[in-house]
Amino acid sequence: MLSQIEGSQAVAAAVARCRPEVIPAYPISPQTHIVEALAEKVAAGTLAPCEYLTVESEFGAMSVAIGACAAGARTYTATASQGLLFMAEALFNASGLGLPIVMTVANRAIGAPINIWNDQSDTMSQRESGWLQLYAQDNQQAVDLHVLAFRLAEQLSLPVMVCVDGFVLTHAVERVDLPEVEQVDRYLPPFVPRQVLDPANPVAIGAMVGPEAFTEVRYLAHLRTLQAVQQIPVLSAELGTVLGRSVPGLVDAYRTEDAETVVVALGSVVGTLKDTVDALRAEGEPVGVLGLTTYRPFPLDALRSALRGARRVVVLERAFALGVGGIVTADLRPAVDVPLWTVVAGLGGRPVTVRALRGVFADAAAGRLEPLTFLDLDTDRVATELPGGSRS
Amino acid sequence: MFSVRIHGRGGQGVVTAAELLAVAAFVEERYAQAFPSFGSERTGAPVAAFCRVDDRPIRSHEPVVAPDAILVADPTVMHQVDVLAGLRPDGYLLVNSAGSAPDFAQPGARLTLVPATELAMQHIGRPLPNAVLLGAFAALTGVVRLDSVCAAIRERFPARIAERNIAAATAAWHNVHNGLKVASDA
Repeated sequence: MLSQIEGSQAVAAAVARCRPEVIPAYPISPQTHIVEALAEKVAAGTLAPCEYLTVESEFGAMSVAIGACAAGARTYTATASQGLLFMAEALFNASGLGLPIVMTVANRAIGAPINIWNDQSDTMSQRESGWLQLYAQDNQQAVDLHVLAFRLAEQLSLPVMVCVDGFVLTHAVERVDLPEVEQVDRYLPPFVPRQVLDPANPVAIGAMVGPEAFTEVRYLAHLRTLQAVQQIPVLSAELGTVLGRSVPGLVDAYRTEDAETVVVALGSVVGTLKDTVDALRAEGEPVGVLGLTTYRPFPLDALRSALRGARRVVVLERAFALGVGGIVTADLRPAVDVPLWTVVAGLGGRPVTVRALRGVFADAAAGRLEPLTFLDLDTDRVATELPGGSRS
Repeated sequence: MFSVRIHGRGGQGVVTAAELLAVAAFVEERYAQAFPSFGSERTGAPVAAFCRVDDRPIRSHEPVVAPDAILVADPTVMHQVDVLAGLRPDGYLLVNSAGSAPDFAQPGARLTLVPATELAMQHIGRPLPNAVLLGAFAALTGVVRLDSVCAAIRERFPARIAERNIAAATAAWHNVHNGLKVASDA
């Protein structure tokens, strides 16, 4: 059903159609509209049977999600920023226990300094938590990726984070084609857990594993996680057939075929990059953009193949590692044998404009980019804080 | 692509106005994207909201930097905020005011005044200028039709409140339409 709808409402509608049975929730901007909308659906009885729990913290939310999922319930929650960090210990338990929880992260910066606006520092900080991570470029993808996420999670018995840029997408009112209930039901079978905590048939989940087997457990978890690289293209193609539209999978290559300069990026900035690429192509510039939908596991082969013809690659990062540089860049390095630059952009809600992106393409082509560039950095302002600067 | 920035204060329905405009475009089977300026949602504080309308899917998520039209729900924010920032040459400036044009004259902008608060008080009984401004916007720019604005209002508000807002928006449409007609006849 075509709707002109706020991103959060659209995500909530898509999640509701996936029939979650337990939703533990704790509010945090910019995620709150999603769990509010789901609370209304549960209270109105339109999302039955579903137990909605207001918990005391994000740690509580993920702990309840672990228990509910281990008891065999399809489980969903959402968070952002500091809330995701407060879940960190439980995140690793959810993935280690193989619990197919689906969670939306409305991407937001991490403090200090406190900042409620959008970047991707929160999910990037949890990239090794063992959760699969899918990044939405727009609210249509946000909707479709949630449906995909439940199927993927339950098929592999692994948790999935759907990463949706906070405010930029969650608070944007865009045209979204919401999947029909029958379409979702056709695509997503009822949840059949691999093992269930059941008093009638007791099992232990989460037993201690010593040095004699821990490596093997982690190795098998690695192999299971890598299965997602094969499964995601299959599942996205199948969902595309059910919905009658293209659903993103591992990567989204746009005008990269004969591109000399390709920018790699994740999330809502990819759309802005596509507009930039179209404008530059009209001027004869051989440029393209590669959107990374699946970040965990890292689809190295798909990236290598999409970047094969590029003469230079720029990774536009909405987060970075202090004292190191680009996070995605480091992952990508084995996939490319051409110059690779990092541009850190849009931190803490700093807008990423077409104008600035045009500058990135131009500087890359002219060999003017620094290996690590901070887009739109106010150099005069930072100079006053640096040694020898004129502090006022 | 036609882009709009709406200025006002928290509580005036500025964000809702941008959403209503997006829904009005959607009713016309066009593409639209509305979003607020984030983080300053306090009653009485200056707020801004944005809307893009296009015949093609809108992929960009950059802020509206060069609007084709600026709507001002409360002219007192013009002392605090540079409401004209980025306005395209010959862009529209629609201000809620019962005053006279010279008070708000800005070089390069096509200024139109509409007494939105007065019309809201008359038809809605509360000083809510947002739907009224959209009626005026439809008459001024033709980007969306008045009946699409009315359909958006009906979708968003309960029936009784919707009808009052529609009456106010329609009055604003006539106010601006007649003003333009007088100007072109003169």
